[in-house]
Amino acid sequence: MTETLIQGLLLGGLYCLFSLGLSLMFGVMRLTNIAQGDFIVAGGFAAICIAPLVGGSPLLAGLVLLPLAFGAGYLLQRGLLNRTLGKDPLPSLVVTFGLSIVIQNLLLEVFSASPRSLESGELSTGSLSLGGDIVVGTLPLLIFVAALAATVGLQLLFARTPLGRAFRAVSDDREVAELMGVRSAHVYALATALATVLIALAGLFQGLRTTVSPADGPLLLLFAFESVIIGGMGSFWGTFVGAMVLGVSQQVGFGFDPGWGVWFGHLVFLAVLVVRPNGLFPKTKG
Amino acid sequence: MTVNTIRRTLIKSGAAIAATSLAAPWVRAAGGDTFKIGYVSPQTGPLAAFAEPDAFTLEQVRKAVAGGLVSGGKKFAVEIIYKDSQSNPNRAGAAAAELILRDKVDLVVASSTPATTNPVADQCELNGVPCITNDAPWQPYFFGRKGDPKAGFEWTYHFFWGLEDIIGAYASLWSKIPTSKVVGGLWPNDEDGNAWGDGKMGFPPVLAAKGFKVVDRGRFQSPINNFSSFISAFKGAGVDIVTGVVPPPDFANFWNQAGQQGFRPKIVTVAKATEFPASIAAFGERANGLTVELMWSPAHPFKSSLTGQTSRQLADAYTAASGKQWTMPLGFKHSLFELALDVLKRAGAKDPAAIRDAIRNSRLDTVVGPLDFRKGPVPNVAKTPLVAGQWQKRGKALDLVIVDNSQAPQIPVQAELLPIKYG
Repeated sequence: MTETLIQGLLLGGLYCLFSLGLSLMFGVMRLTNIAQGDFIVAGGFAAICIAPLVGGSPLLAGLVLLPLAFGAGYLLQRGLLNRTLGKDPLPSLVVTFGLSIVIQNLLLEVFSASPRSLESGELSTGSLSLGGDIVVGTLPLLIFVAALAATVGLQLLFARTPLGRAFRAVSDDREVAELMGVRSAHVYALATALATVLIALAGLFQGLRTTVSPADGPLLLLFAFESVIIGGMGSFWGTFVGAMVLGVSQQVGFGFDPGWGVWFGHLVFLAVLVVRPNGLFPKTKG
Repeated sequence: MTVNTIRRTLIKSGAAIAATSLAAPWVRAAGGDTFKIGYVSPQTGPLAAFAEPDAFTLEQVRKAVAGGLVSGGKKFAVEIIYKDSQSNPNRAGAAAAELILRDKVDLVVASSTPATTNPVADQCELNGVPCITNDAPWQPYFFGRKGDPKAGFEWTYHFFWGLEDIIGAYASLWSKIPTSKVVGGLWPNDEDGNAWGDGKMGFPPVLAAKGFKVVDRGRFQSPINNFSSFISAFKGAGVDIVTGVVPPPDFANFWNQAGQQGFRPKIVTVAKATEFPASIAAFGERANGLTVELMWSPAHPFKSSLTGQTSRQLADAYTAASGKQWTMPLGFKHSLFELALDVLKRAGAKDPAAIRDAIRNSRLDTVVGPLDFRKGPVPNVAKTPLVAGQWQKRGKALDLVIVDNSQAPQIPVQAELLPIKYG
């Protein structure tokens, strides 16, 4: 029972990292990034490309990758996604859906369909004993810690800093925020840049813990989406809790029957939608 | 204004890219009578790894038929129309229908997993167009399409190995070194996993008869992000052998978590995930010692009827042309066209019935082994030989070497099976 719980929480950490970028972009600009999963896969491939250039260390690869992701996210928002924002949510949905297809095919063209992974040596198989029979892998633990740190960081950023205030302002009322001198195009771009950093981090971990291949994206999106919806739109702690709920319910399902894990996750997701249609801790409204 | 111009240029260049990437590698007709072959393959999507050798194979075939093909004393040009199934069974069926109804092809070929072969073959059967497929075990192909072993199909033919071969090869492989004889199964809830893990037709009954104990927790929904429930069950039951048919991301996950949880099986024979050299590279050092069924390799003692190349020469030519290591589907793509062209040569005319009869009477030595549709386990199916291989360290790189040939003694064994070493 304890083991199921611990493994479920570790799994939740992974889903949390997958979903924070989505939660951030939705929270600030009501933009649902359908290409989230493909961005994660692209981040994984980028890490795999960078690693050999910096001597194969995943840590160094991450240090190079994250600033690049920040720049790429900023440019993406300024150059493309800002043009899709407005009262109507459809253009941004369609554009990110298109991006998802473009990214998949671009990756297929450049990297071929073969699955790849990031060499990590001892890291991927290392483990820590928590006393008794309970052993947790170093990498899943690292992912959990990263997810927790990212959640805390985002929450502090939003609550305590001028940038966070700008994020909240454009989120609440873009026109009024602009009247007060907030450059919403720039603020949106910073939000996406930040989201892209989180996505790249998720991609890096995905490349370390398993393989990435160009067609993997849409399945990653599903769990990210469920975490955000369970937790409630626009709240980072909500996303974190949502991911934990999803991870633990899947793990409990796996315990009964391997075919039930993902199904249990979906059931809990639907149950939350029925009982609390806005999620557990909703911050933003429509 | 500027925005609009940029947008227009973007759209224009986008269209240009789309046009170049969509341009199918036609084999142009030289005029006169033309045999049209339609080819359906999963170029994109999760099955795309199977289609990697397509470009190379089509190039080879195009060269081979550049001067046309003589059939029934007449010269025919050969045109190949290449369609993407997008790894989607519905799309595969639609592609086959387009080939038949719009392009009016004389023969349809398709390959790579039942998700491609079955819908394509169904369309051909429905429309009365001859069809040859391969690279999917024959049971999912034949019984998956509700084939009757007494009647068979009229228009559609398939060549590959069957579950009896893979079960036999695995069981023989696992008897080579001393183990606890407890086997842990990783069978996902998909066409392959359900067939392999089936309580009547799959692995469990045969393994039980051969004295193995099977630990089967049931079908899992892929992708599964945490295998700890499997690992603790396997550890608890004293599993020494892990088997299954698992997609690469799931296997990478399982194998890393097995390391974290200190689960150390002596033999790991997992199909799908470890079949492609590129995906093996993704597992790094921890791929050393993994075993897998081997349907074609450079060491297979067969020759191409199309180019005269040995298996080794075909693999080397592929590496030289593409810069990539050989993969198992290469031999099957090649043999698919070996048979297609051989059939057209013997058909003598564009008449569908003549082409069908030519397929039915095929007897051809291909690069994947001899094909004979009259000897099949069921009508419309010819079997190709299957052995088992192990990824072993050869110098710095890992190479897939043949370690068991119980099901196909004509293919020589290259090395002894070694238990997986843990550092």
